Amino acid sequence: MIEYRIHGRGGQGSVAAAYLLAGAAFEAGFTCQAFPAFGAERRGAPVTAFVRIDDRPITLRSQVRAPDYLVVQDDTLLLDPALTSGLKPGGAMLVNSRKPTDEIAANFDTRVVAVPATEMAQEAIGKPIPNTALLAALLALTGDLPQEALAAALKSRFHGDTLARNLTLIARAAASVEAGAWQKEASDA
Amino acid sequence: MREALEGSLAIARAVAMAKPDVVAAYPITPQTHIVENLSKLVAEGDLHTEFVSVESEFSAASVVLGAAATGARAYTATASQGVLLMSEVLFNIAGLRIPLVMTVANRAVGAPLSIWNDQSDAMAVRDAGWIHLHCASNQEAVDTTIQAFRIAEATELPVMVCMDGFVLTHTMEVIDMPGQAQVDAFLPPFAFSRALDSADPRTVGTLVDPGWFAEMRHSHHAAMGRALGVIEKVDADFAKLTGRASGGLLTVTGDPDARVGILAMGSVVGTLEAGLADFGTEAGTARLIKLRAFRPFPARALREAVAGLDTLIVIDRAISPGLGGIVGSEVSAVLQSMTAAPRVLNYALGLGGRDIPESVYPALIAAAANPLAPRFAVFDADLDKLMPEDR
Repeated sequence: MIEYRIHGRGGQGSVAAAYLLAGAAFEAGFTCQAFPAFGAERRGAPVTAFVRIDDRPITLRSQVRAPDYLVVQDDTLLLDPALTSGLKPGGAMLVNSRKPTDEIAANFDTRVVAVPATEMAQEAIGKPIPNTALLAALLALTGDLPQEALAAALKSRFHGDTLARNLTLIARAAASVEAGAWQKEASDA
Repeated sequence: MREALEGSLAIARAVAMAKPDVVAAYPITPQTHIVENLSKLVAEGDLHTEFVSVESEFSAASVVLGAAATGARAYTATASQGVLLMSEVLFNIAGLRIPLVMTVANRAVGAPLSIWNDQSDAMAVRDAGWIHLHCASNQEAVDTTIQAFRIAEATELPVMVCMDGFVLTHTMEVIDMPGQAQVDAFLPPFAFSRALDSADPRTVGTLVDPGWFAEMRHSHHAAMGRALGVIEKVDADFAKLTGRASGGLLTVTGDPDARVGILAMGSVVGTLEAGLADFGTEAGTARLIKLRAFRPFPARALREAVAGLDTLIVIDRAISPGLGGIVGSEVSAVLQSMTAAPRVLNYALGLGGRDIPESVYPALIAAAANPLAPRFAVFDADLDKLMPEDR
């Protein structure tokens, strides 16, 4: 089982990102589970969402306490000391930020990659919603699922121009990171 | 067909496949997505039903009562304070023996205000006279929703389908959606034996004097008893059609030889299953009893399910202040007649959305091994947060 925790702020599409990641896993033939932990339901409030992917039925319904990967949609959340709580040894964190990876990584003892997903989204879809770009970068880094699975999940949710622009966006975002950099050894997959 | 769906959307689609004549509901977290999705299905022309947007849950329940009394297949959904606002009507629906289906997206009841999951809402109307079926997964919730219409119409009792708010309603997971042809074959059109008909006028809900009230209550209780068999048969028939059973009255899994049993209702069962699989060897195994039918209460099936256990832990997702657990108290009561009843430990867990971690499993097994374990506790309460006199 691979577990993900997505941190964002209301309006950034953290729950949608969780559903898209789970949808991509389903498209790739895996079982999946995605759900939010809502706090205050308002724009700007911190939101956490969880995803599990497995090749067998998932019965566990607890929040993800020991994620393999963290996705942080807003770099102001890096100030939260509980952000990396429970991150598995050998885990990694993908951050949406204009700051260089090294600058963020210096503050964490885990692998970090920063991607300017808001800017990429603004350019490609005309909206500052970083979720789809981050998912594409995440899948490129981990190799957990093929990009086609994410594209298929997008196709079940978006249509027309929005879909076309998002497909362009995920291709750019995937190409912006080192493919397979977080790929696990076959032995511990 | 297998799809990755949010629970609420899947429930809306399941309701649509049952082809209700009337849907009336008022949105309330965490039920809102169910009603929104139904409304969307109607707006897009995929569901032909009289969708009544009401101004309160009291009206929602009243509309479906009236609709079903005319022989219409009717559906509503609510949660938490919405259940309470409906409560007067819920007693009327059941007492008038009106068959209809309601989803409760289980949520805590305020105060203190909480939008999060526990099962206090359904427990608050425990004695209204509805059938209560609790679902452990979105697959069970979809299948139970379809079954519920047949159970309601066969028993002339209303059915409440309980699914944990957020934990199920807002979770996307893989669900095998039945096909419309399957549902049509399973669920014949509703033909209500007592449907109001202006050509043959009769009254509903008249004053019942003391000469008849006790008999009406007895009759309602007897109908609940007969519903036990209907619930089992409908689930078996559904399994024949789809290959999937939803758990009848209750399901026993886990280690059949274990001396410790854990009984629970709803989504926590999955977490306990995962806990048994991951910690069972180290912490000790358990027999898991998933209680699906809370009303009618399956006393005989329960006694069979617990036979041979030394300790039975009953999980409550609600509390009756001043008594303790609700499911636990009822289970204890029905086990009294056993010659070798297990010791019952009753723990409330996950109140007001408190996350239930997988580690709850070894913690419960440890409690079972402790001869001095309290008979009732709010298991995951952090007492250090409280004033000394409240600990």
